[in-house]
Amino acid sequence: MTNKTHDSRGDQDMNIVIAGHVDHGKSTIIGRLLADTDSLPEGKLESVKETCRRNSKPFEYAFLLDALKDEQDQGITIDSARVFFETDLRKYIILDAPGHIEFLKNMVTGAARAEAALLVIDADEGIQENSKRHCYMLSMLGIDQVAVLVNKMDLVDYDEETYRKIVADYTEFLEEIGMEASSFIPVSGMEGDNLASLSDNMLWYEEETVLDLLDSFKSQPLPENKPFRMPVQDVYKFTRGGDDRRIISGTIESGQVSVGDEVVFYPSGKSSTVKSIEGFNRPDTDTIGAGYSTGFTLDEQIFIKRGEVATLADEKDPHSAARIKTNLFWLGKEPLTKDKEYHLKLGTSKVKARLEKIERVIDASDLSQSEDKGQVELHDVAQCVFKLDSAISFDLANELEHSSRFVIVDDYEIAGGGLVEESLEDEQSWVREKVMLRNYKWEKSRINREERAEKYSQQPTLVLLTGEEDVGKKPTAKALEQELFDSGRVVYFLGIGNLLYGVDADIKGDENHKEEHLRRLAEVSHIMLDAGSILVVTAVELSQDDLELIQTTVNPQQIETVWLGENVTTDIEYDLHIDEFETEEKAALQVKGMLQDRGILFKAW
Amino acid sequence: MDHLDKLENKSIHILREAYSEFNNLSMLWSIGKDSTVMLWLARKAFFGHVPFPLVHIDTDYMIPKMIEHRDKLAKKWELDMIYGQDEKSLEENMTYPEGNVDHQECCRRLKAEALKNTLNGNWKRYRMNHETGEYEVDDNTKPYTGVIVGARADEEGSRSKERYFSPRDENNDWDISDQPPEFWSQYKTDFAPGTHVRIHPLLDWTELDIWEYIQREEIPIVDLYYDQGEGKRYRSLGCAPCTEPVESDAKNVDEVVEELKNGKFADVAERDGRAQDQDEGAGLEDLRKDGYM
Repeated sequence: MTNKTHDSRGDQDMNIVIAGHVDHGKSTIIGRLLADTDSLPEGKLESVKETCRRNSKPFEYAFLLDALKDEQDQGITIDSARVFFETDLRKYIILDAPGHIEFLKNMVTGAARAEAALLVIDADEGIQENSKRHCYMLSMLGIDQVAVLVNKMDLVDYDEETYRKIVADYTEFLEEIGMEASSFIPVSGMEGDNLASLSDNMLWYEEETVLDLLDSFKSQPLPENKPFRMPVQDVYKFTRGGDDRRIISGTIESGQVSVGDEVVFYPSGKSSTVKSIEGFNRPDTDTIGAGYSTGFTLDEQIFIKRGEVATLADEKDPHSAARIKTNLFWLGKEPLTKDKEYHLKLGTSKVKARLEKIERVIDASDLSQSEDKGQVELHDVAQCVFKLDSAISFDLANELEHSSRFVIVDDYEIAGGGLVEESLEDEQSWVREKVMLRNYKWEKSRINREERAEKYSQQPTLVLLTGEEDVGKKPTAKALEQELFDSGRVVYFLGIGNLLYGVDADIKGDENHKEEHLRRLAEVSHIMLDAGSILVVTAVELSQDDLELIQTTVNPQQIETVWLGENVTTDIEYDLHIDEFETEEKAALQVKGMLQDRGILFKAW
Repeated sequence: MDHLDKLENKSIHILREAYSEFNNLSMLWSIGKDSTVMLWLARKAFFGHVPFPLVHIDTDYMIPKMIEHRDKLAKKWELDMIYGQDEKSLEENMTYPEGNVDHQECCRRLKAEALKNTLNGNWKRYRMNHETGEYEVDDNTKPYTGVIVGARADEEGSRSKERYFSPRDENNDWDISDQPPEFWSQYKTDFAPGTHVRIHPLLDWTELDIWEYIQREEIPIVDLYYDQGEGKRYRSLGCAPCTEPVESDAKNVDEVVEELKNGKFADVAERDGRAQDQDEGAGLEDLRKDGYM
């Protein structure tokens, strides 16, 4: 890495989350820790004590954190407050996660930022529902350093037996979910026992204090030695001031990339070579790695968009699929059901998703399982299969955890999160593989897509005219071609039969090859579109499946479908329906109007 | 990667997410050190460009040097600079310095209301014409659906609860007790019509981080933050009548960093000099619910 360390602290800073059941004393432990290590701003402790005195309320260390009035009213932490704290070794951000079940989504928010966790259990009350649930969530979130603080030891007269029992029971639970605690410490937040110094009240315990423990957590190294993955956030071209760089930008999740490397973007499969690594007010560099929000330019101008992931040609490919098996936790008020459409976000990709199958549902508080209760409810953990609207690229949880993580958006809210465990086949998989290879092997032109569009004053588009037999599809298509041609456009009418005796000669007349016919039609269309043309194609009664197959081959944004005739006999989601028309010329004008409205035909100036 | 690198790269990631996901985005620039660092981070994120407008709420009581600094940088960095203000309250002298309302009400009008009505396009927006260097009434009155704000979690209690992407409803309200979850670099970028989202790229930064970053990147900061020879400097900027300088002889960024690390301010909260924080503990939170920052 070319970046120099400017600061003596180096990479010594760490996020720690403190979690556990409600009222087990998390905020008290943090408050006390801050007070005992002189980490509070001058006067803060006194002013909180004064407020308590004025309101005739006994002072509690938790009040230092519960700065919000909503919270002090209810006496529980609502959100993951951040507390800044420093030892000789490093800086900490302590995230105080709420213990109340209602606020699990806040606990997840806090915990997901952490590298290590403190789990607090009340010695008097013992292991409770959220003592377990939180730990289960921590493991799903990818936090593997967890230490357990057995709190309120003062309430059980500092009894070693009580402590040992909790340690034994909880260790057993952790084993069941495949985890191991870094350590257990008996403490009292209220009295300050074993927080900053070892306590005289528990002479039977002489290992480490909470402060020692914090400093013993290891910083998670950035995954620089894993395969290169950079989800593309956007492709920037800011032309002002004569800047003609076209920068593929994003944050590198793992691995590294250098000038001269061959990069492949998935799921499109397109490839090129890194020409330069770009930055502003930073030293020039030829290599950049995990953790950096960066950008690079390419030798050849390929069309890439947000949602693809940049990888290296000589490293392991990610998976690309439109059906996935996942393990997820649900935080939504509304359950996850099969009859609703969701959005799934993974890296920078965002696709529509439907729940296809629930394999099993787990109650994280007692690890009980149920087969399929039909839906996934608030705070459940479940293994399920999703069917996606289009393919996305990802890694599997057991291969490269970062790029296996996704969230589910229900309406406008993030309602769940999970890991992809398996990539599954779907009807279009075979086509997708061919398209990826085609894109990878594609010999690039010097003229890019934007230049062609500007030259021809149009966006290349496939116009699919479909409907029942004999409703006038071909006459309309030809009239549309004539109309566009006469107004100076680059346009071509392709009758589906024109392919039969040439491109399709080897499979002609075989009913089993309907899908292969469509794939070839789509590939021919792709070439015509790449040449910048508007292509008009007719086909009888295309179904939604047919359209999806074509969309796997041709960019869906470049396709406009028109249903001609009164009776709509398939499930296709068309862009325009012309149910009746006087002449084919009039129908053609209607289609032309749509192309104008959608900005496919540029206006003449 | 060191501490500042981590903060910088996370902030850049957030700025880019905001730019990709919101088609009517703006950034609030108060001319203070935090939002100037944020503006600098935007130039880093977009390779020297700032592809969205910067919005300043001008209470008309700003320390004059702040406005000078704003316009100087706006010209130099070719910023799409916009300001808005509460013209009615100013005309009617309904302000604290005029003695007609208390300072909380003054903040509510000149800051919170002005902000709300500038963002939603109900009041006039003034936009810099780079050919003349003058401000003109902006034709664009579309509400901003994404607003980037330089709040830091360490500033005071309610801010430590903020999300990076924080929804505001039709009335600009912030529902603190029911916020969306945020994890794995996935943010709330979907929002219902009429609502908007506040974006907070600086949430994890501390005051010291801000100054160390200014030092490392050599970011031009208004010199009110430095002692000009009178043994005083501003630690935090705002309206002239309500912001007091602190006693300090730190004359440049190096001396400010040293003072924050080992000097007299090492344990004193930054906003100590601001009147509005002194009343009820919840004063700022109420203003915040109203939409002030």
